[in-house]
Amino acid sequence: MNTFGTSESQMSENATKHTLDPNTWVNKYADYLFKYAVARVNDSNLAKDLVQETFFAGLKSAKNFEGKAAERTWLIAILKRKVIDYYRKINSNKGKAEVRMNFYHDNDKEGNWIEERVPQTWDNDADKLIETTELKAALEQCIDNLPEKYAMVFRMKTIQEFETEEICKELNITASNLWVIIHRARTQLRRCMEDNWFNN
Amino acid sequence: MAKFKISCDEATTICDKSQYGEATLLEKIKLNYHFLFCKICLKYTDQNTKMSQIFKMKAFDCNKANDCLSTEDKEDLKKQLQELEA
Repeated sequence: MNTFGTSESQMSENATKHTLDPNTWVNKYADYLFKYAVARVNDSNLAKDLVQETFFAGLKSAKNFEGKAAERTWLIAILKRKVIDYYRKINSNKGKAEVRMNFYHDNDKEGNWIEERVPQTWDNDADKLIETTELKAALEQCIDNLPEKYAMVFRMKTIQEFETEEICKELNITASNLWVIIHRARTQLRRCMEDNWFNN
Repeated sequence: MAKFKISCDEATTICDKSQYGEATLLEKIKLNYHFLFCKICLKYTDQNTKMSQIFKMKAFDCNKANDCLSTEDKEDLKKQLQELEA
């Protein structure tokens, strides 16, 4: 067995020193890391890749493990960096879906609703609000139409229910940035659901 | 009263914020003042509350979903790790 860090006997002498045992990683941490990743990237294949990369990176840098953190904490720290790298990559991608503006930005009507984007009355919305798989599918489709960064912030805040502070810290954005993103995502989603669900 | 005056863009931003219970008191005052003149944003708010209910359903589903890796995936991972270690 290939064990890194301090050995078992040293462990008993010094309980605060943690060790790495890569042979047990998959059984002990794969699900935990996977859940963490899936909550942030909302794509199980991508999450799977990130977990794999995390284990590989962990194995590579195992020699540098100082035993100060628990094995799981150490692996999560690596995964966190992998997730951030992913965010950076999508942030820099050009030509992604556009956010459609709902308000004037460049004339004397600044901040007013653009006429054709004004919310319409929803047909029989009470009937249409019942829980159905179609409704959720329509919503999923609308979220997918958002630019990736907007979709991600929206999901983290609304679906995964993370705290504002946590998202800001992780994505390195300010609270007002976050609310602008949430606002744009929600106005776009409202419109998308109006077209595809409520009034179709 | 001029300092309470906000645009529809700002009003709907506050409305979105308040869906998460994170709008400040001053923001809520500004929003309600805006409603006196703007029925469009009032409608937006009404619909926004319905949208929140839909999002809640989605969130509920998502939280009860058991996101785990399959045994197959885990075996693959183990093999790959062992190859790397060798």
